[in-house]
Amino acid sequence: MKVLVAIKRVVDYNVKVRVKADNSGVDLANVKMSMNPFCEIAVEEAVRLKEKGVATEIVVVSIGPTTAQEQLRTALALGADRAILVESAEDLTSLAVAKLLKAVVDKEQPQLVILGKQAIDSDNNQTGQMLAALTGYGQGTFASKVEVSGDSVAVTREIDGGAQTVSLKLPAIVTTDLRLNEPRYASLPNIMKAKKKPLEVLTPEALGVSTASTNKTVKVEAPAARSAGIKVKSVAELVEKLKNEAKVL
Amino acid sequence: MTILVIAEHDNKVVAPATLNTVAAAAKIGGDIHVLVAGQGAGAVAEAAAKIAGVSKVLLADNAAYAHQLPENVAPLVAELGAGYSHILAAATSNGKNILPRVAAQLDVDQISEIISVESADTFKRPIYAGNAIATVQSTASVKVITVRATGFDPVAAEGGSAAVEAVAAAHDAGTSNFVGEELAKSDRPELTAAKIVVSGGRGMQNGDNFKHLYALADKLGAAVGASRAAVDAGFVPNDMQVGQTGKIVAPQLYIAVGISGAIQHLAGMKDSKVIVAINKDEEAPIFQVADYGLVADLFEAVPTLQQAV
Repeated sequence: MKVLVAIKRVVDYNVKVRVKADNSGVDLANVKMSMNPFCEIAVEEAVRLKEKGVATEIVVVSIGPTTAQEQLRTALALGADRAILVESAEDLTSLAVAKLLKAVVDKEQPQLVILGKQAIDSDNNQTGQMLAALTGYGQGTFASKVEVSGDSVAVTREIDGGAQTVSLKLPAIVTTDLRLNEPRYASLPNIMKAKKKPLEVLTPEALGVSTASTNKTVKVEAPAARSAGIKVKSVAELVEKLKNEAKVL
Repeated sequence: MTILVIAEHDNKVVAPATLNTVAAAAKIGGDIHVLVAGQGAGAVAEAAAKIAGVSKVLLADNAAYAHQLPENVAPLVAELGAGYSHILAAATSNGKNILPRVAAQLDVDQISEIISVESADTFKRPIYAGNAIATVQSTASVKVITVRATGFDPVAAEGGSAAVEAVAAAHDAGTSNFVGEELAKSDRPELTAAKIVVSGGRGMQNGDNFKHLYALADKLGAAVGASRAAVDAGFVPNDMQVGQTGKIVAPQLYIAVGISGAIQHLAGMKDSKVIVAINKDEEAPIFQVADYGLVADLFEAVPTLQQAV
């Protein structure tokens, strides 16, 4: 079974981003970039499926700038077999990305596509669901457990108030939640080996996909700051303040 | 302008987040219709008809919609929603699951988790875990939007008298099946709806120690949450997680216990009315957003607090 994993290059989760003075966006100059954490979980899940003998080939794909090759090489070092970069310097919307991924799915015909549930930059949580709509496949979003058996996959999903399990016909789309697995680190020999694995570069034009958008970001601002309050010395003082000053007890 | 709001429900009752979503629709302006897709959900439709400001309720009652499977519900919403100016759903796990599938079927971009309505086509939403707020304008013929409940005060659940109209459309894609569900059984209020939330972080040291928080919560009638660090460490299940990657809450009182205040946690609770932080590290960033900070050992402070309230 072929597994396609989609990954995104994003600002590293440890970086505290700053809004640009002209409110055109956040300042990403000289900021550390990494693979989106939910995408790391997606790569790890695919590698585990291969280790279990369920997956036979892992193709990793990213839609983004030339520099996204770094994150694709990381995925190759973690165990993916080959990589595809659909190169675009533009800031694409989730729908545009989903359309490009649909073109890659048509070309590669994977049985399972695994994506992160959301990217930590745009926080959209849309791409996997949109790819499922465009392909007509079933979707198992926010997955905490993935079990392939025969021509279906059982996905346990994190939902409000608990967990839900659905069974999807293959091919299917899965998006990962935090508890699905704990991603491994790439070993040095595997990082070296990854440099020799194939990495194909495509363009939206070559795939015949329009990336036009109906959304426009008008401005980006810093959030309203919340000011620090006071330190209380004891539990008794805290309770007194909550009762008489804040009036919330 | 007519706005279609997708009701959040369990086939029995309307979830509170629906009221916040209708509030967002009211800010946009225009007629508000509510779609109830489910099975045996007549009571939900009756309740939705009473929500203030709703002028019509569409009830799609079919076995295919019983478990909100997006493969079946999204084509229904796309078919019904195509004639509306806006389609809104709460940014709950259902809303997040279904609505992007609707947007893609309608070939429009979605706007996720809006926190304010600037005009009928312009909205504000947090990005980068709440470290920046984007103002986004949509030129789509149908604007597909999920609504962060904490951004909008709920409308009244009573007072309306909308007509309920049955929708015959049945979509069963046949690509997915519901297998089962395990909902955490709790007498405590739901995290996102609770007036008081008590949350624990890595400082709790293990899952068993959360009993101190449960005891305090039960005294206060509060819900119990956790930071991502506590979830990642396996102390408590993920559905308790408060933060950008978990639940977004804005209660009257938020008590953060043993939580350092990572930016991703703050994104999930910083709109709470009053924030209390209890942490033995006086340098913890949580104190920068707390209205009342107590530098203390939580294992002494929490039981004392429980006795005192």
